[in-house]
Amino acid sequence: MIELSDIHRDFQVGDQKVHALDGVSLTIGAGEYLSIMGPSGSGKSTLLNLIGLLDRPTSGVYRLDGQDVTALSDRQQAEVRNQRIGFVFQAFHLVPRLTAAENVELPLILAGVPPVQRGQRVEQALAAMSLSDRSRHKPEQLSGGQRQRVAIARATVMQPTVLMADEPTGNLDHKSGQDVVRILEQLSSNGITLIVVTHDGEIGRRARRQLHMLDGRLESDSGTGNA
Amino acid sequence: MEHRRAIDQIALPDCSKPRNPGENCGLVMFFRDFLHLTIDSLTAHRLRTFLTTLGIAVGIAAVVLLTSIGEGLRQFMLSEFTQFGTNLVAINPGRATTAGTSMGIFGTERPLTIEDAEALKRLPYVRAVVPFVQGNAEVEAGNRHRRTTIFGAGTQLPEAFSMAVGLGHFLPDDNPVTPRAFAVLGSKMRHELFGKANPLGQRITISGSRYRVIGVMESKGTVLGFDLDDTVYIPAARALSLFNRDSLFEIDVLYDEQTPVDRVVQGINRTLEERHGREDFTITTQQQMLDVLGSILNVLTVSVAAIGGISLLVGAIGIVTIMTIAVNERSSEIGLLRALGARQSQVLGLFLGEAVAVAAIGGLSGLVLGMGTAWLLHLALPALPVHTPLSYVVMAEVIAVTIGLVAGVLPARRAAQLDPVEALRAE
Repeated sequence: MIELSDIHRDFQVGDQKVHALDGVSLTIGAGEYLSIMGPSGSGKSTLLNLIGLLDRPTSGVYRLDGQDVTALSDRQQAEVRNQRIGFVFQAFHLVPRLTAAENVELPLILAGVPPVQRGQRVEQALAAMSLSDRSRHKPEQLSGGQRQRVAIARATVMQPTVLMADEPTGNLDHKSGQDVVRILEQLSSNGITLIVVTHDGEIGRRARRQLHMLDGRLESDSGTGNA
Repeated sequence: MEHRRAIDQIALPDCSKPRNPGENCGLVMFFRDFLHLTIDSLTAHRLRTFLTTLGIAVGIAAVVLLTSIGEGLRQFMLSEFTQFGTNLVAINPGRATTAGTSMGIFGTERPLTIEDAEALKRLPYVRAVVPFVQGNAEVEAGNRHRRTTIFGAGTQLPEAFSMAVGLGHFLPDDNPVTPRAFAVLGSKMRHELFGKANPLGQRITISGSRYRVIGVMESKGTVLGFDLDDTVYIPAARALSLFNRDSLFEIDVLYDEQTPVDRVVQGINRTLEERHGREDFTITTQQQMLDVLGSILNVLTVSVAAIGGISLLVGAIGIVTIMTIAVNERSSEIGLLRALGARQSQVLGLFLGEAVAVAAIGGLSGLVLGMGTAWLLHLALPALPVHTPLSYVVMAEVIAVTIGLVAGVLPARRAAQLDPVEALRAE
């Protein structure tokens, strides 16, 4: 479902060219649970951003469900992100002035879903994260674990096929981190394609397929571990 | 083109199919949601929003107040001038409008006479001709004396200047060269000389000559500082001999409104040139006077509006500043919205919407503030004419919204063009 072939991504830093991704080829099947590990600067976040259509490769082809998505316009890429890709960030990225429910509602608003249909979907997404009683709370009134669960509810409310998690436990204590990982794995076993970027080996090793990156290249790939 | 169609399928919403009522086509936000998000972010920084709004409000209030005063003055001046009607032409002796030296220096210019006025009456489109002489003289009635303005005028003066006679009649249509000694009083003059008594048929003496009072004008009030009620009207021929003059001050011609003013001027020119042998007189149309006056007053209104505009400019700079700060502060939020599927145009719209909302609210408050101040000013100084036309109100609000758009467009574009990855990294 995700096919990357010979992806390069160069950044200009001063007068030096940095190869953040240096010829990455990768195929990820639907429903896979995959972790990308490596030291900081190895290109794992760049890879995640590329797969999530937040960034465009300098060269190479990225096909999503057989279609070349690197050639899409901004508007088309935005719609793909909105409909098919969910993001979970290390820093949660909740809008502080909006309540938990309003944060979860954002992707639906951007998609132009009518208000009558939104309430129910937001409620369901929050209930799935056991946060029904926190829907009227602002992010500042929630614990770290609760905030990340709101973020996951927001990432899944559009029922995407791919969930991208960038260091999802990085800002959490051990126990909350464990909860979040369990929730992500639950989603994975329901069929979502889960891609976790982490430098935490303990979390990375739980994935059925593990990638290691170094200097913009794939160092090792434990192979397609279809469930 | 299998490949092309596949892209269209995922990326472009199908808007051709009928949808449920209220459902949107593709990534189009509902206006209510747009408004909600905009107001949310404005109320998150109440003080900041208030101060930025105030900047625009003060600017709009200044523009509205100053133009109200300017427009009030303009209308006041114009109404002072047009109360005598607009289809008037004035003829004065001497050539004043051509370049070069006046021929009057050599004393060759002919006087404007009563006979000239009579000749003009024969023009077909002329409705009234008023020969006009003015001077000061001592007026006596019984044992009362008063020095006042004497108007030597023609019998058609009430018609030409739309003035009404309150009592009796105006000067009769006598032989214009040898009229009878009749006088008509201004309302104030009548009061000064006769009090409540009936002045009709009474005799008065003007500089030693005796006149009989046959009418009293209705009160006309003060026009540009000149009291029209404190006057006596006598026949122009008698005024000429009273003041020992051979030329009229002016001949006023009232013409048919349907006749183009150019034709009237041409006709007068031809008639008088035939009589004088050359053009030794000046014709001024009321329209010319109004045009000159109007353009001067317009410049006045525009320049006070420009002064108000400076404060509006400062308000606009305030919006640019605040929106630039907001874009910087909310980088990560912008990145998040992009990750959640917001298009560049949606981000642009949200930030532009905030700028426009601030400017529009500021504009409305400014209108209320400006009109309120104008009204208070009118209460405090009733002599100062203040007028706020509706078109100015609408224009001020349109200007405010436009300022919001212009001031918001740079920061909003910056927001829309942020690299989502960079934006997400910002904290």
